[in-house]
Amino acid sequence: MNNTVLRAENVRMTFDGRDAVKDLSFELGSAERVALLGHNGAGKTTFFKMSLGFLTPTSGRIEVLGAETGSDEARASTAFLPESVAFQKTLTGVEILKYYARLKGENATKAVGLLERVGLAEAGSRRVGTYSKGMRQRLGLAQALIGTPKLVLLDEPTSGLDPISRRNFYDLVTEISGNGATVLLSSHALTEMEARTDRILIMSKGKLVANDTLDHLRTAARLPIRLKVKSKEEPAEQLANRLGGTPVNCRSVEIMCAHEDKIARIAAVTSLGAMIEDIDVHLPSLDDVYKHFSEKADLEDSRGEA
Amino acid sequence: MFQRILTVAQQEVRIGLRNRWILLSVVILSAFSMALALLGSAPAGTLDVSRMTITVASLSSLSVYLVPLIALLLAFDAVAGEIERGTLLLIFSSPMTRSEFLIGKAVGHICVLLFALTLGYGSTALMLAATGGGDPSGFTDFARLIATSTILGFAFLSLGYIVSSLVRQVTTAAAMAIGIWLVLIVLYDLALLGALVADSEGFFASRLFPFALLANPADAFRLFNLSALDANAMVGGMAGVAESLPFPPVAALASIFVFAGAAMSGAILLLKRVSP
Repeated sequence: MNNTVLRAENVRMTFDGRDAVKDLSFELGSAERVALLGHNGAGKTTFFKMSLGFLTPTSGRIEVLGAETGSDEARASTAFLPESVAFQKTLTGVEILKYYARLKGENATKAVGLLERVGLAEAGSRRVGTYSKGMRQRLGLAQALIGTPKLVLLDEPTSGLDPISRRNFYDLVTEISGNGATVLLSSHALTEMEARTDRILIMSKGKLVANDTLDHLRTAARLPIRLKVKSKEEPAEQLANRLGGTPVNCRSVEIMCAHEDKIARIAAVTSLGAMIEDIDVHLPSLDDVYKHFSEKADLEDSRGEA
Repeated sequence: MFQRILTVAQQEVRIGLRNRWILLSVVILSAFSMALALLGSAPAGTLDVSRMTITVASLSSLSVYLVPLIALLLAFDAVAGEIERGTLLLIFSSPMTRSEFLIGKAVGHICVLLFALTLGYGSTALMLAATGGGDPSGFTDFARLIATSTILGFAFLSLGYIVSSLVRQVTTAAAMAIGIWLVLIVLYDLALLGALVADSEGFFASRLFPFALLANPADAFRLFNLSALDANAMVGGMAGVAESLPFPPVAALASIFVFAGAAMSGAILLLKRVSP
């Protein structure tokens, strides 16, 4: 986090009198992996388009490496993968990659090497029309890696991909940030991102409602941890009497507890020793954290309006 | 800058080859022109006009219909299609300007047209030469036809870019392109004809009519080509047109250039306002 790659300052974007993005301020440091979360219409794509200079903010400003968005300097160091991109079906992967390399003023032959990095080395000479969705998405990512972008913007890169393709995709993202590029990616698919991002931004109705690491957000949200305890023979009611919590079926009890009580509760469970067959600890998932923050923002909104 | 224009142009030619667009245009152009050459050159013997020249006269009328159609069909997808596929976002997130992009498209499409016209009409010229109808001035006529058809194509390519930059849906752009073809190629002439019949001696027929021809690139194209053929009076069906014009025939050619340039500039200006 030594230097700022992207800086947004009080960005506001209005379409027909409606705020698509408002009061958006944050910074991205170099080689960070940041996830931008938000439901449909939260303003994620609008933000990407502003970062690329396709839309001019109604007020506020966005800088990429200190340069104005849309300027040649900014564009030369930014790479982008839109939410849905359909390359010409009749062209081959190699032809498409060379095309974008030349448009970016990069070495076309060198760019073809990127196909290997995204696992398309063999498919490169085939027409894109024959590619699966995951392969097309990886071709899109290869396109975004041409040259050495300092900032890689990925708009819902994993939507519609199967779990294995997603995992491979995030492996690539990790590799990219390992090479020093800042990655900002938006997504709906939250759970698989947990271990894959350094920081999380949550947008709701155009506003930034959270900006922190997942751990900090979890703590700040104060969401309960769920312990699921299964007894060997004892009926669940009896177990519930001893530990607190609610029985969920004849032999299992669910206990909700705060983060700081977690260890004490687990100690209480283990003290029962032989009575216990199994214990599951569910930390609040990114889904829960995300839900918490967007609901909180909604609540504040309606309070503000009232 | 030139590298980027060239890259876009090259990709368009490649796509034209790959999706059989060029092949289809060549087949259509050569089929029609050979048919016209074989059927239309029958009276040549009696008129003592070269078979090639008389064929070029028929082909200029063919070009008026086919070349704008091919050009519009090549062009309507240029912007709206890239928006719909999401590729315009990628293209403009690279350091490429809007004018470079559209000029690249135009260069590529002009190459496609030139290629199709050269093969399509060229095959007819060679066929005539092989069957003993060839003469040097006939080849010049063919070369002029191909060159001016390409310029006509450029004018209609630019119109296609305008509609493609105006709307975000490819299907709407396609419908508008066909509409333009219908209006400028079919209805325009019918309207002029109607006006002439209604008022054959008045101000319109004597003053306005020649300029109305000049204003439409398709009519200007026909005017220039027919008056450029020596045998105009005999083969053109527009007997004596060149003599009665208030401007030299080359003005018609210049008019197509002006039209194409203006339409292309308009398309670039429109594209600058497009948010991909």
